[in-house]
Amino acid sequence: MTHPFLALTDADVEEMLGTVGVASIDELFRDIPAGMRLGRALELEPPLSEQELSVHMAELAARNVDATREVSFLGAGIYDHYVPAVVDAVMQRGEFLTAYTPYQPEMSQGVLQAIFEYQTAICELTGMDVSNASGYDGETVAADACYIAKHATGRTKIVVTEATNPQVRQVVKTYAPGFGLEVVEVPHRDGTTDPGELRRAAEGAAAVIFQQPNFFGCLEPTPDLAAAANDAEALPIAHVDPLSLGLLEAPGRYGCAIALGEGQAAGNMPSYGGPHYGFLAARQTFIRRMPGRIVGETVDAAGERGYVLTLQTREQHIRREKATSNITTNQTLLALGGLVYLTWLGPQGLRELGETCLSLAAYARERLLEVAGLEPLFAEQATFKEFAVRVGRNARDVIRDARALGVHPGYALGRDYEGMDDVLLVAVTEQRTPAEIDRLAAVLAEVAR
Amino acid sequence: MAAAESYPDDLKYHPEHDWARLDGDEAVLGITWFAVDSLGELVHFEPPEPGATVAKDAPYGEVESVKAVSDVIAPLSGQVVAVNAKVIEAPETVNADPYGEGWLIRIRLSDPAEVASLLDGAAYRQVLAEQ
Amino acid sequence: MKLIYEKSQPGRRASVIPVHDGLPAPEVPAELRRAKPPRLPEVPEFELVRHFTELSTRNFGIDSGFYPLGSCTMKYNPRVNERLVGLPGFARLHPYQDEDGVQGALELEWRLQQILLEVTGLDAVSLQPAAGSQGELTGLMLVRAYYEDRGESEQRRKVVIPDTAHGTNPASVTMAGYELTHVQTDARGNIDVEDLRAKVDEHTAALMLTNPSTLGLFDESIEEIERIFHGAGALMYYDGANLNAVCGISRPGDMGFDIVHINLHKTFSQPHGGGGPGGGPIAVRDMLEPFLPVPAVIRRDDGTFGLDFDRPKTIGKVRGFTGPFGVFVRAYAYMRMYGPRLREMSEAAVLNANYMRARLRDAYELPYDRLCMHEFVLSARHLKREHGVTALDVAKRLMDYGFHPPTIYFPLVVPEALMIEPTETETKETLDAFCDAMLEIAREAAENPALLKGAPHHRPVRRLDEVRAAKTPVVKYAFEEHPVSDEPAVELPKGV
Repeated sequence: MTHPFLALTDADVEEMLGTVGVASIDELFRDIPAGMRLGRALELEPPLSEQELSVHMAELAARNVDATREVSFLGAGIYDHYVPAVVDAVMQRGEFLTAYTPYQPEMSQGVLQAIFEYQTAICELTGMDVSNASGYDGETVAADACYIAKHATGRTKIVVTEATNPQVRQVVKTYAPGFGLEVVEVPHRDGTTDPGELRRAAEGAAAVIFQQPNFFGCLEPTPDLAAAANDAEALPIAHVDPLSLGLLEAPGRYGCAIALGEGQAAGNMPSYGGPHYGFLAARQTFIRRMPGRIVGETVDAAGERGYVLTLQTREQHIRREKATSNITTNQTLLALGGLVYLTWLGPQGLRELGETCLSLAAYARERLLEVAGLEPLFAEQATFKEFAVRVGRNARDVIRDARALGVHPGYALGRDYEGMDDVLLVAVTEQRTPAEIDRLAAVLAEVAR
Repeated sequence: MAAAESYPDDLKYHPEHDWARLDGDEAVLGITWFAVDSLGELVHFEPPEPGATVAKDAPYGEVESVKAVSDVIAPLSGQVVAVNAKVIEAPETVNADPYGEGWLIRIRLSDPAEVASLLDGAAYRQVLAEQ
Repeated sequence: MKLIYEKSQPGRRASVIPVHDGLPAPEVPAELRRAKPPRLPEVPEFELVRHFTELSTRNFGIDSGFYPLGSCTMKYNPRVNERLVGLPGFARLHPYQDEDGVQGALELEWRLQQILLEVTGLDAVSLQPAAGSQGELTGLMLVRAYYEDRGESEQRRKVVIPDTAHGTNPASVTMAGYELTHVQTDARGNIDVEDLRAKVDEHTAALMLTNPSTLGLFDESIEEIERIFHGAGALMYYDGANLNAVCGISRPGDMGFDIVHINLHKTFSQPHGGGGPGGGPIAVRDMLEPFLPVPAVIRRDDGTFGLDFDRPKTIGKVRGFTGPFGVFVRAYAYMRMYGPRLREMSEAAVLNANYMRARLRDAYELPYDRLCMHEFVLSARHLKREHGVTALDVAKRLMDYGFHPPTIYFPLVVPEALMIEPTETETKETLDAFCDAMLEIAREAAENPALLKGAPHHRPVRRLDEVRAAKTPVVKYAFEEHPVSDEPAVELPKGV
């Protein structure tokens, strides 16, 4: 069995078979009915050595156009923020990387304390009382929150704003029938949600989901939206960009029951869509309805502080069909990356990062209007790091033509919204420079309209 | 501290390890020493709302230890008139005194005739012996 | 050890954020701006690195030593995979990049799909689910969509699971809106076929089965089970948690299963990361393909790769994009390093488990005494009865010998269970050392039970008080009790 990941020598195999009391390895599989055995070799390509594999994978990677090969203004939920080296260094520690869920706390104080610190950071960002150890992504945590709301209110309607990330809405709708929920969407009015309209829709609803900044990059009147939901006794759920929370108010401070979102922007590479982490935090009253792992502080037999998985009776391995969720494997490593990133930023860095994104995006908007002569889609709305512009013809064609000039100008909103075929959603992170923005404006001046 | 095993004779028992202490047209409900011992130290009691209706043989709440959760079954039907705040505050009270301080709820009976179907202490001990 | 928040001092920082002159001022509407900054840690970079390095030394991974956590397949995670996943062409690739800019990523996903189809013996696959339990839920959504399409969804409301199932199975059943039917295990650890026959009828939608089971046993009645379910018009779901036992030997499709999820973090070596990430692709028979999540990753006739959203009968999306791509990079790389030799991987995993079972069967109870597959379940019931020593005590004492304990108290059908899964990536010397420790612990249980009760003795912490943690949950740092690092030295954002 000579293979880098196998160790048994012929002598080992012979001795072990003797101990087991069988004559051959095949005999170990005698419980499998003959008709259910494969009876041939797997039809797969021959094994590659590490060196050969590295060449093959480099070839595949080279056929992708990543953010090092194009100046990219693509966002729409996944963002090209800088990930510092310390994030990689910590995530690559084998003790973290190759451990599993800390079922045995004495073996796992490192990851348990890290999750406790992560939960603290998420609660600080969102103004909430309790965070879980992570969900799969910014989409599935929204579905998780609907499950909380259903059981907390006994109601069966979920309201979600149309200006919420389309993928979030799609995932909520995919989960809803199994949960016994119906999903109602509230349209945007000139880029944001009207609180009065939301209030009417929220009547009898279990929860109201809105996004800040919303999918168009616009800043919603979130205190009014949360108040509308609360007035209807529906749980207000805010889907937030974690990197906006140095500048924008924490959802816990304007009456939300639950705050959640996609963690990727805070410490994870885009990685073609994953793996990332979804964060989910709530008020204390929902602590026993939270999905997934939660770490709590305690003491050991000598009275020293330590950490354990806690409130496990919520979870599938104990409560089984009555569990608050089926989640088991989560996104701890990515959440650890998030914690390291937020530690690296610190409160001052978080604020400065938000300001830089805001300033660069404002500059980009100016340039696109002045140099490229584009028309803003929602001219009256305040934005954060992303904004929508009309490009005069199909945005997908504009993207193709701009990419031929080395710039990826953004996301075509017509993919999700009717009447927006000529709209481009432009995202500007701190990794973009004023010179790159000037280039974007020059390229769009050439290819738009 | 956990109590010593006992099944007082002045109580009525349900085979799902619940007891009732009759008091006129009301009854106090709780869980037996056997149930408490099986669960280990209780860390949470999820009570019904005062005023809620409980139905004989159906769950009216949940008790939890660190690694287990169990429905609490109503031995009798009725309306909740009180829940034991002390148990909500300090669930380990049930471990220490399952038949006294560790009672769970008090109900007003809706069908006192149901009492006839419950077990006395000896019959309940027989149920345990057969498990 | 201190929390990072306790090492924080106002004014310290690790980051430098680019600032550009001459740009518009950052303006936030007054009614939306943050009143009080979040109390994130304030530490210099070197303190950050030291903190997390110290934390890592208080954690145990496969890289640290033997980790026979049953049902979790804690095998070695090749280091080259971590390098590959960091290639800019993968790591810095945006999921909304145009198709012509992601041909390498799509080809990788398509190739991974082809390998999974060959390994599972099925017809179509979706990589989208984020983990095994999401794969289960997705599978049950497919079941519902399939029966809705056939007009049988009102009739078929029940999903059958055995009492040995992972807790995720019943939890997924509820989340999918189905009702549970429990079926018992017989004396040999197989599904009780008579019990099953009585419970499967025209109201049954599906069976969820792990085979080999969580007892590590291949169900000897699988042919009969298959006849019962398909005879009743119901579907069969294979929980791929234990696929590491049978790669290249027996395929779920050949066993009769219609839907399979594959745990890429178990069988195909995505590192478990202290709890995740995972990957839970699902493979199905062709009649279920129209219902798979969108987008589908396809190869076009011209040899290019693409995303197909045009699936009118799809259940929708269960998570963002095509799934956890970085997990696919690692799983694909791993499978390419094995190729057809995946069979040897499973053979070694099964031989290792049987060898340990044979060495430990006299000192511990073996409730189902037959050949096992990739894992086996012992019981410490005799130690509890005779010496008052529990499976938990055995697990804690194993830590003192430098091993991660096995899974304990699962499956629920075995009292005082110790569920041991060595995987294939261990030397015989390691297996022997672990068995020697288990035998020594059995002796210690008789001679000095207090030694086990007080274990572990050599970890950074002693046994932890889980009752206290559950009774009064403290789930975040209490800044208000530690006023030193309370208020960061941050100016509030400017309003308009």
